[in-house]
Amino acid sequence: MEYFVQQLVNGLTLGSIYGLIAIGYTMVYGIIGMINFAHGDIFMLGGFAALITFLILTSVFVGLPVVLLLLVMIIAAMLTASLWNWTIEKMAYRPLRGSFRLAPLITAIGMSITLSNFIQVTQGPRNKPIPPMVSSVYNVFGIAISLKQIIIMVLTVVLLAIFWYVVNKTALGRAQRATEQDRKMAALLGIDVDRTISVTFIMGASLAAVAGTMYLMYYGVTVFTDGFIPGVKAFTAAVLGGIGSLPGAVLGGMLIGLIESLWSAYFTIDYKDVATFSILAIVLIFKPSGILGRPEVEKV
Amino acid sequence: MSNISNTHESAGGNLTARALREGVFAGLVSLGLFVLFVGLETTQNIRNELVLNQRWGLLAIFVAVAAVGRFLMVAYIRPRLEARKASASAKPVTEEQEGFFRRNFSKIAIAFLLVYPFIAVAIFGVQGSLKWVDNFGIQILIYVMLAWGLNIVVGLAGLLDLGYVAFYAVGAYSYALLSQQFGLSFWALLPLAGILAAFWGIILGFPVLRLKGDYLAIVTLAFGEIIRLVLINWTDVTRGTFGVSGIPKASVFGIWSFDVGAPNYFAKAFGLPMSSAYYKIFLFYLILALALLTAYVTIRLRRMPIGRAWEALREDEIACRSLGINTVTTKLTAFATGAMFGGFAGSFFAVRQGFVSPESFVFLESAIILSIVVLGGMGSLVGIAIAAVVMVGGTELLREMTFLKAIFGPDFTPELYRMLIFGLAMVVVMVWKPRGFVGSREPTAFLKERKAVSSSFTTEGHG
Amino acid sequence: MAPGTNTMTNDPILKVEHLSMRFGGLMAINDFSFEAQRGEITALIGPNGAGKTTVFNCVTGFYKPTMGMIIMRQKGGREFLLERMADFEITRDAKVARTFQNIRLFSGLTVLENLLVAQHNMLMKASGYTFLGLLGFPAYKKASAESIEIAKYWLEKANLIERADDPAGDLPYGAQRRLEIARAMCTGPEFLCLDEPAAGLNPRESLALNELLRSIRKDSGTSILLIEHDMSVVMEISDHVVVLEYGQKISDGTPEHVKNDPKVIAAYLGVEDDEVEEVIEEIEEIEETQGGTH
Repeated sequence: MEYFVQQLVNGLTLGSIYGLIAIGYTMVYGIIGMINFAHGDIFMLGGFAALITFLILTSVFVGLPVVLLLLVMIIAAMLTASLWNWTIEKMAYRPLRGSFRLAPLITAIGMSITLSNFIQVTQGPRNKPIPPMVSSVYNVFGIAISLKQIIIMVLTVVLLAIFWYVVNKTALGRAQRATEQDRKMAALLGIDVDRTISVTFIMGASLAAVAGTMYLMYYGVTVFTDGFIPGVKAFTAAVLGGIGSLPGAVLGGMLIGLIESLWSAYFTIDYKDVATFSILAIVLIFKPSGILGRPEVEKV
Repeated sequence: MSNISNTHESAGGNLTARALREGVFAGLVSLGLFVLFVGLETTQNIRNELVLNQRWGLLAIFVAVAAVGRFLMVAYIRPRLEARKASASAKPVTEEQEGFFRRNFSKIAIAFLLVYPFIAVAIFGVQGSLKWVDNFGIQILIYVMLAWGLNIVVGLAGLLDLGYVAFYAVGAYSYALLSQQFGLSFWALLPLAGILAAFWGIILGFPVLRLKGDYLAIVTLAFGEIIRLVLINWTDVTRGTFGVSGIPKASVFGIWSFDVGAPNYFAKAFGLPMSSAYYKIFLFYLILALALLTAYVTIRLRRMPIGRAWEALREDEIACRSLGINTVTTKLTAFATGAMFGGFAGSFFAVRQGFVSPESFVFLESAIILSIVVLGGMGSLVGIAIAAVVMVGGTELLREMTFLKAIFGPDFTPELYRMLIFGLAMVVVMVWKPRGFVGSREPTAFLKERKAVSSSFTTEGHG
Repeated sequence: MAPGTNTMTNDPILKVEHLSMRFGGLMAINDFSFEAQRGEITALIGPNGAGKTTVFNCVTGFYKPTMGMIIMRQKGGREFLLERMADFEITRDAKVARTFQNIRLFSGLTVLENLLVAQHNMLMKASGYTFLGLLGFPAYKKASAESIEIAKYWLEKANLIERADDPAGDLPYGAQRRLEIARAMCTGPEFLCLDEPAAGLNPRESLALNELLRSIRKDSGTSILLIEHDMSVVMEISDHVVVLEYGQKISDGTPEHVKNDPKVIAAYLGVEDDEVEEVIEEIEEIEETQGGTH
């Protein structure tokens, strides 16, 4: 039982990270109907920005409190990743909006290859380990919960609350939802659609950057190829929860995190990615609208 | 960055001011983008700790290029392009007479490929030709064949497949394992590999056929990854990441062998000096024949009801069903046919390398093949071949550019930039020509004259 | 079989019995029954949202009805229960073809190719399911030449022969409508379902359409079911009109009969039942005055 709960905690931690990335996929898909294949690499980019910021801070200010350190890392990662995603959307995706549908997907795949190789070229292909930042572990009823895990889960909850508020209660969120429903109509009603879409990309990138920072803190290492697998898993999470649905993305993330850690714990770790991919395939085949998504009716 | 239209009044000082403003803005943006990643480099020191190297000079170059580039773009290039566009649209459209070269492009290209190995031998000598025949000829032709195979699925039937490399893997492993287990020859296993791949195409195709567009793409990606992960983890059979090595070579229909020790060794039979170049040249012709077979079958199929049904399926699936076409079998045949050619290419790959491992069948390969299909212009065999030459040949060429070392210093390794440039090229070509290099479609039947159909009419895949 | 001779006899080609279709909580069609006679043009009319297209989609297999039976009786007497068949089987085996409200052409294929795709099943058989055709067997070549002749026949009927080698997406709207009908006819149907064929046509194109529909009935003996909003088309060419409102049949009979049915008038003008009488009187008055001016 304790072992099970332990795995549950590990799974939820991982799930928080996937959920944060998945929101970016789901928002972009919701608003422009495009799978932003490069989103996983934005997450990786955020992780690298956090890594470099960490190295700057630790070499310049020795003995900085961890809270401050993490905060600056997160902000730097968010700013960098947002700027990248904003630029990418503007330069590569916007000219293709309304074009032949495969074009944005291919462009996004090209962007993904570009981003990961850009990091490989500029930062080198090797693993980038950092010394552990937070190492306290608490023992709660025989279950080891590390401070890292608590930070990740608390941060996720806080971000989701802010995010939920923005999407549901502000003019910006309303513009987003309107654009999602009907882009032309939204434009006619005076919503700056281009700006709304830009903001969506920025929001998605910020959350992915936080996820990247958490990933770096949790595992203590990052590498230029790190965008692909977490990216696909987060996408799976978005699909599982119902693409286009924000609570769905988080729910999907948690489920994927749980499945992954429980699978590794009780079956074989070798096939844990096979499990994720199989879930992706099964959900898409049998319930493409996901858990919380709206079903799509074929129009004749 | 803003899309303010250029009016004639705004030319002159106004334009320059705007260009300056946008240039500075672009510089600032690029500073933000690159300050961490280019300005600083993470490296390990002797104690294996990460430390930062500073590269402010390089960063300055990046920022300057962005700022100046943007300035020039806004101030000079864009007004000129717009002026040209305006004058071009003012002129009446004249039918351009296609030159002899363009009309006979495919014939000339095939003739050139037939003599290509001899040209390479003539210029670089037997040993020197190796690189040109192998790295350029065979490498490009493999991608041409794969892309032509995938073209049946994506270009004709409009089914977006991101896991095509799985069938390539099935073909490669079929040959690698069966030739070692049962000692079967390449010629016996080539069709078998194709059949096995087609069989897998049907198995994987069946459950996903209800899915549309992007969803289909993602499921096929998942299947591709599952097959790769199984290859890695099913170590008893596949030897996992170590891969299968010592795969036997192919022979010329069992008559001449390329094993040096064999009594019917090719060079011995013809009294030639020993060299591995003959095998490579043989392989070149083999893949050329396989690729041309793919093209021939594609061309024939397009004029058959099944090929027309594929294209109709790409245009409108519901209309297909209303015409009594069983879309499930139609999609499955497209999947199976595409997979079969992937399987052929896979067994060729195994024979060429003599070694297969899951490393060769990563998602990136699928992405490269798909991008060649889309960049070439979906459905166009010539366009796809051109795209393969440009994308694969271009990045191969990068390896050869040793003179760049003279410019960027001895540490510069052009290979490192191969995939970066590949990715950027994908983005640039897509933004520039979303329909690919060859955007028009040859009709499969006609009453009076065969008129190419502009791609602006073809609809995207629904499936 | 000469047209007109059998209009009096009761020989239904399509029988829809107690058809119901529910979408979630919405009852789109409620216990709807009607018959379409062989050799006739039957029109299905009704206000927007009455469920006409839903009936169509049930008949052609694109929707599976919640309840009810749809029986198609071919010339030879073979019967098909359409509600049990997949959409493509209905066209292939039961010989029911259809068009769509928002034209669904293969716009990147040429006009001729559109018509060849429609002959898919015949050509597939002739090509030995591709294998014999790939080997160049003469049977396929012959069938292929025949299919082009069939296409040519329909191109001439639809007055599209000049545009045969142009992409379908390049045709003007009216021509696209005619092409879609020609394409449906190339499947060799006994029963043709047209979803608002006259929508968006100008008067001249509308006339050409009427011509085409009449000649389809006369020359190929194909029975037609059509949904239409354009009353002039309905009244002019149909032999039998069925009126649908809120998923229920409110009238059924000859165009004359339906035109004068108070319920129909009320449904179209949207008045309460007790006002119907008044409305009829008003209409009669208007008709009289119009008749006077002519």
